[in-house]
Amino acid sequence: MGERPGEPLLKVTNLTVSYGPIKAVKGVSLEVYRGEVVSLIGANGAGKSSLLRAISGLVPYGGEVAFEGGSLAGVPAHKRVGRGITHVPEGRGIFGNLSVMENLTLATWQRKDKTGIAGDLDRVFTRFPRLRERSGQPGNTLSGGEQQMLAIGRALMANNECMLLDEPSMGLSPLLVEDIFQVIREINAGGVTIVLVEQNANMAILASNRGYVMESGVIALSGSRDELSSDPRVIDAYLGV
Amino acid sequence: MAYFLQQFINVLQTGSTYSLIALGYTMVYGVLSMINFAHGDIFMVGAFLFFLFVSTLKLPFVPSMLAATVLTALLGVATERFAYRPLRGAPKMSAVITALGVGVLLEHLTLAINPYPRHIPAMFEGSGTWSAGGVVISQLKAAIIVFSLLMMALLDFTINKTKLGMAIRAISWDMSVVPLMGVSVNGVIAATFAIGAGLGGIAGVLYSLAYPVINPYMGVMVGWKAFISAVIGGIGNVRGAIVGGYVLGLVETLTIVFLPATYRDVTAFSLLLILLVYRPYGLMGKPKTFKV
Repeated sequence: MGERPGEPLLKVTNLTVSYGPIKAVKGVSLEVYRGEVVSLIGANGAGKSSLLRAISGLVPYGGEVAFEGGSLAGVPAHKRVGRGITHVPEGRGIFGNLSVMENLTLATWQRKDKTGIAGDLDRVFTRFPRLRERSGQPGNTLSGGEQQMLAIGRALMANNECMLLDEPSMGLSPLLVEDIFQVIREINAGGVTIVLVEQNANMAILASNRGYVMESGVIALSGSRDELSSDPRVIDAYLGV
Repeated sequence: MAYFLQQFINVLQTGSTYSLIALGYTMVYGVLSMINFAHGDIFMVGAFLFFLFVSTLKLPFVPSMLAATVLTALLGVATERFAYRPLRGAPKMSAVITALGVGVLLEHLTLAINPYPRHIPAMFEGSGTWSAGGVVISQLKAAIIVFSLLMMALLDFTINKTKLGMAIRAISWDMSVVPLMGVSVNGVIAATFAIGAGLGGIAGVLYSLAYPVINPYMGVMVGWKAFISAVIGGIGNVRGAIVGGYVLGLVETLTIVFLPATYRDVTAFSLLLILLVYRPYGLMGKPKTFKV
């Protein structure tokens, strides 16, 4: 990796996450710079989701998470949304008893700018016309693909600088996976920095500028897209030809 | 016919009390999946606070009712903050037992301060009655019914149309994701307790206007009835709680019409047992489905 100008948008230093006696993340450090797509790949249980959950404040952690140069220690999860971090959780986290419109509206809880919100809603509906059609329907009546669109739409409604995406391709047909990755590229082109956790390593590496490989709670490898996609260990373990 | 219409008015009055209190049970169940068995005693405290302002401090009716409502709401917030929040991660049974304890504490605290039943002074002696075709309704009764319905309409609007209502419903679906929307779960749960307890306090005030002798145990039976109402409507279901209160009012009134009046409570509790066995999700609730 070449030297990068400026300080990282998101800096994680020696992060640990434990669930009782089980250590899920054992001292991870990483940096994410403005405008990047950074992928985090690794097998089930490698600690990827726990890492995201620590960054967004959902689980207690050891070590340090800093955003825009300031430590997030002691900042509860809901306030981290106000600081600029949006987390689309594993399994999408759609509120099935709320309509599509209500799901989108709830995500604007920290915002006060009415015109900005209206503009973002319009952009979300333009990007995902399906959501406009179904805006009055309860979230649990949507298909898996539509729910993923709603989860991403909701993240866009928060209008934040940094988006953490946990397994956006999970459970989707190959065609929909292509769609979702296209959407991720578009969001990034719009200026949003993205941290992408995926089991679909191939797609994730291709969509990102850089990536980290996690194995049992630690970072085993890191590098640029080209370095990772040509690394024999990555090809062996994750890209499986 | 006039007799039945007269009884119908009684159904509306009893039902309004049950519904207002049932909302507190159902809202708390919605966000925390626990039965707040202290809620009937919150209703009782509402009546005693009203007595304090209107009789001891001799304040006018409206400020007394407002103050009683606000303080009851704060009491609800305090019970959540100090009794239930520390047990948020514990088995639900622990929180329910704690709730029973909080209820007994409130009863005996009130008893310690007021060893004798208290009498709410008559405030609307000048108010008259309306009668038509042999049916008589006092203006006070009519006002209680209309005010209760207004409060319920306001709550229904809050739950279904406001951002706070969305957050409350979102918590009942999946609390773990709610912070990611930028919403403080603790803040919304506190607001839920404030609203539920505030409605219980309003019910206490209205009830003490209709039945002016109040005592520290008045919340026990009314609380159980409101709980039954919430179960009838499907606990966790706001509109169900409203309907459930009136359904129970109807069942009780019919019991008194056709059976000796002493059968009223046994009918109500039999209804609870039958529902819990055959339709635990109530008349308006849906069987609980689990997400995969």
